[in-house]
This record gives sequence, structure tokens and C-alpha cells, in this order.
Amino acid sequence: MSMLTGMSRRLALATGIGAVMAAAPAFAQGEIKLGAVLSVTGPASFLGDPEKRTLEMEVEALNAKGGLLGRKVRLIVYDDAGDANAARTFATRLLEEDKVTAMIGGSTTGTTLAMVPAFEDAQVPFISLAGAIQIIQPVKKWVFKTPHTDTMACEKIFEDMKKRGTVKIGMISGTDGFGKSMRDQCVGVAGKYGIEILHEESYGPRDTDMTPQLTNIKNKAGVQAVINPGFGQGPAIVTRNYRQLGITVPLYQSHGVASKQFIDLAGPAAEGVRLPAAALLVADKLPDNDPQKKVVMQYTADYTKKTGQPVSTFGGHAFDGFHIWKQAVERAGTDNPAKVRDEIEKTKGYVGTGGVVNMSPTDHMGLDLSAFRMLEIKNGDWTLVN
Amino acid sequence: MPELLQFAFSGLTVGAVYALVALGFTLIYNASDVVNFAQGEFVMLGGMITVFLHLAGLPIPVAAFAAILITVLVGLALYAFAIDLARGSGAVQIIIITIGASIFLRGVAQVIFDKRFHALPAWFGSEPIRLGGAAILPQSLVVLAGAALIVALIFLMIDRTILGRAILATATNRLAARLVGIPVRRIVALSFALSAAIGAVAGLLVTPITLTSYDVGTLMALKGFAAAMLGGMGSAPGAIVGGVLLGLAESFGAGLISSKYKDAIAFLIILFTLFVRPQGLFGKRSTERV
Repeated sequence: MSMLTGMSRRLALATGIGAVMAAAPAFAQGEIKLGAVLSVTGPASFLGDPEKRTLEMEVEALNAKGGLLGRKVRLIVYDDAGDANAARTFATRLLEEDKVTAMIGGSTTGTTLAMVPAFEDAQVPFISLAGAIQIIQPVKKWVFKTPHTDTMACEKIFEDMKKRGTVKIGMISGTDGFGKSMRDQCVGVAGKYGIEILHEESYGPRDTDMTPQLTNIKNKAGVQAVINPGFGQGPAIVTRNYRQLGITVPLYQSHGVASKQFIDLAGPAAEGVRLPAAALLVADKLPDNDPQKKVVMQYTADYTKKTGQPVSTFGGHAFDGFHIWKQAVERAGTDNPAKVRDEIEKTKGYVGTGGVVNMSPTDHMGLDLSAFRMLEIKNGDWTLVN
Repeated sequence: MPELLQFAFSGLTVGAVYALVALGFTLIYNASDVVNFAQGEFVMLGGMITVFLHLAGLPIPVAAFAAILITVLVGLALYAFAIDLARGSGAVQIIIITIGASIFLRGVAQVIFDKRFHALPAWFGSEPIRLGGAAILPQSLVVLAGAALIVALIFLMIDRTILGRAILATATNRLAARLVGIPVRRIVALSFALSAAIGAVAGLLVTPITLTSYDVGTLMALKGFAAAMLGGMGSAPGAIVGGVLLGLAESFGAGLISSKYKDAIAFLIILFTLFVRPQGLFGKRSTERV
């Protein structure tokens, strides 16, 4: 009995493989191996999960159209669950066992920085999907990244404040990696915009009540606006507590919470909150002449159709990383790591979900402040601030 | 002055939840000498099941009631399939089993529900009540009232019913309780069911304020444990006082000293209690059994 089921299963499997083989286009030579170490589960899963889905969707679409340079692309994904040590192990496995010729991934700054030495040593291009500026400054020969940096988010916010005549602010930041990094960047560039931080508070990543900290900010005389670097549920609770205490000065959130989920969690308290975010978030609200309109509308349609979930900027970073790599391989005419690296560095005028990318030997990200749009939440939805 | 009042409101709300978790710890500890580290997962289940049943279209009261019921079943299953099977083992082994159960429940929740954070609508709106320059959410009052009601019910039950007497007898001396005909195993099972129910209620009451996700239980259990230690492991009034004190210490600490070390306060309290008064505020000094 068991032998029979075993045999029929094997038969079914064989037929299945046959069917797939028949349907797939004919591919030349070997596969092109693309690696991805992502935080698909664990605390950073909201980054890794859409990134993985996006890469899988794009690779599938590419192979259905005949692959890259006539060769099939094989995507090898490992889940580091947000653990930097696991990420380093998987990076070594990708390089030594799977022998990938490029890597897109590193969902968080921590996992990315843990993997950088492995790719620098092996001389394989590595496009990171994490935020911190340390990833590309100082420039590392083999390392690139697609998301904007925290510094740019701070600068975008300060630009908006300056326009409105705000100079004295309060700051409440999360003590997680993202919150801390962005806090440091904001403090660093505040002077450049003539912004003075009068009072500073922080909260832990799992805190459920920030009213004591916000009470202190509220009682600080002269605060004209408050900025909250952080991601996850923390900023949603900050926003709720902010309204609970009846603080009336404007509240700025970061790009870290630029997802519909933030509006859902913060509820009516989110009304009037301002934040910088990628164009992807307001795809349908962009004017038709916006250069990014086409690509973000297309990605949004594809992703929602494929996964049944709303798009996030994080999946968009993976989309950009994949296409920058794909175009570099096409231009190089090979997947040779050194040649692909040179072509990635020469990326000019690539219009992606995160902005228009112009890389150079000194800039391995290639985005400027125009990549960020200033948004305000009105009636439970994003609106563009001009 | 208004800021002190604000810190107090904030501390009382958080403290009431810690108190409920600590009370859950206490009930099970008294009945079975076991510290149930899956207590935080009961809080998570209470919130998450309510959220998802509500999303599925059930009205909140029905969803909440079902959530309590399901969590009680989980508590009973935890007792039947993990604790009771290992009843010959020592307390330490069983405590480790509860840690395993907590990880297991978190994993299952992650698969059945999802990994996102969720909110529930507040029962009486989210317009804060202004009082003496401070603002308190109506839901905070619901949490405080709910906690007070549960505590009152538990104390009444233990004091006034024959079942409560049986729990008390089991807590005092299990062998003697069995000898006078008290079904000790059923009493222990009951303590798991009660703890699960208390945890679930705490979870669904507090979710409109604090939000919930599959992994909120871990920190909840640690804070509840710190509260129970402070009050004295095994003392029900101690659990309540410990929870409220811990909540107040956290909120005043964050407001007056520094918000950087808010979570450290719970652990400092555990350490301090162990050094200075290991039996806690209300605990009886334990004697070694020979």
C-alpha cells in the first residue's frame, strides 16, 4: 500500500515536472543565480515579506518572457528572521555553495552590515534594501542600496518645517535600530536647516504607553512641532497618545511608518500627521506628468493582483534593486560579477518606485530629495503636500 | 502638578493589566507550584482572537466572549496535554514546559493570524476625558473597572464558595486536600482555566489602547512575573499591589527620570526584590521542607 502511494506520488511528480518543462521557454546555457537573504519572518517581517514576494513575482515574470540574456534566472532566498548572525551564515552559503553572481537583500541595516564583508571578499555585487547611510558611506566597491537614507527623510521633514517657519521642535524616538539611527541623523542635520531641538524623549520598541514622555514634551515651552523617528507599532501609539493629551502643534512621522497599516492602527488620531514617503504610496494621486507615475502604477497593479495585499515601499525597494541589477546584466551582456558591478555603478536615469536613480563611483544609491514626497493624512488617506 | 496626575493615570492603566497577569500567575502557582510562563500568551490570545473574529464579521461583544471561551479551552488543553502529563516531574521541569508552550502558542498564532499589529475600537469612543489638566481615555477607565471587577469576583469566589475553599485547601496542602476528598487535579485544571480567562479579558480590554500582535505575550509575562514577585509569589492581594506599583514605577520613571530605561525598571524591581525581600511585599517567608 505504502509502496503504491509512494510510486504514484513519484509518478505524479514526474508528470508535474514534465508539464512545467513543456510550458517553459527553452533556455540557453546555465541558469543565472541571484541570491537574496531577507528577513521574511521575525520582527522585521514587514520588510522581508513584501521584498520576497516582489522578487519572486519579478523573477517569475522575467522567466516567463524568456529569462535574462536567454538564460533562466534562479532566485535563491534565505530567511534570516532579522538575525544578523544568521544573515552572515546565509551570505556565506550563497557565495560558497550556491555560487550566486549577485545578491539583492539585507532587509535591515543590521543584517546588511553583517553581510557586507562576505560580499566584499568574494567580489560579488550586493544591492541592499536597508535604510542606513552607513551602508554606502564610505563607499564600498561591491555594495549598493535602493532605499532612501534616514538623513534624507530628516532633511525632507526639516525642509517642510522651514517652509512653515518652524524652528523649535521636540523629538520622541524609538530605541530600536531604525529609530536610533534616524534620530542621530536628524540631530546631525538639524543645524543645517536652522532647527533647534528643545526637548528629546525616547521609548522602547515594545512600549505600549508614551503619555509620560509626551507630557514632558507638551510642557516644554516653545515647541512648535514634534518629530517621531521610529517604525512598527510605536509611532501609532505615539500618535494616539499625542491626540489623547491634546497636543496641538504639528506631528511629523518618518518614512518608517509609510504604510496603510499605520493609518489603520492610529485611527482618527492620524489625522493631520505629516510624513515623507516614496511616490509609490500615493501612486494614484500623482499628476500624470510625474516621471514615476507609470512605474509605480504598474508595480502596484502587478503586486496587488499577485498577492492580494496592498503595496509597501519595502517591496518597492526590492523591485528597484531587481531592475537595476537586471538592466546592468543586460548592458554587460554577461552575469560576470565584476562586469555587472561596473554596470550597476553606471546606472543613470533609472526610474523606479523609490525615485530616479543616478549612481556614480561616489554615490552607490543615486537618489536625491525629490524621491521623497511630503504627505499629510487627511480623512484617513494620504494627500500630497505642495 | 497636572503632569504628575497624567503619569498616575498612565501608570494605573498599565499597572491594572500587569496586576491581572500577575493574578493569573498567582492562581496557577498556588494550585500547582508552577510559574506558568504562557500566561502572557493568554493575554495575546484574548486580544488577537477578538480582533480576528471581529474582522470576520462578529460584533465585538460576541467576539470577546468567544475569545475568552477559546482561551479557556487553550488553557485547559495546556493543562491536559502538557502539565498534567508531566505531573510526576519537578516544578522546574514543568516551568520549562510552560516556556515551551508559550513559544508554541506564539508560533501557532503567527501562522493562524498574521505578524501584523492590530487595534480594536474603544468601547466608549476615543475622546479623552480632561481632568485636572491631565487626559485619560475612556478605555483606561474600562480597563480599571474591568480589572477591579475581576479581582472582586475572584476574591468573592475564593472566600464565599465551596469551590474557592477547595482551591484554597489545594494551595495550602495538596496531600491533605486530596485526603479530605478534594479532586486536586480538577482544581489545578480549574486554576488554568481561570488564569486563561483572566488573561484573555486583560488582553481584550487593553487592546484598544496598546494594540496587539502575535508576540505581545512575552513582555506581558515578564512584567506580570515581576509584579507577582514584587507582591509576593502566591499572594493574590500581592499580585494586585505589585502590578499597580510596577505600572506606576514605570510611568513615573519614564516621566521624571528618563524614558530610556523604562523596561529596565521591571527587571530592577525583580532583582531588588530578590536581594532585599525575596518573599515579596505580601509573601510568607518560605521554609525548606525536609
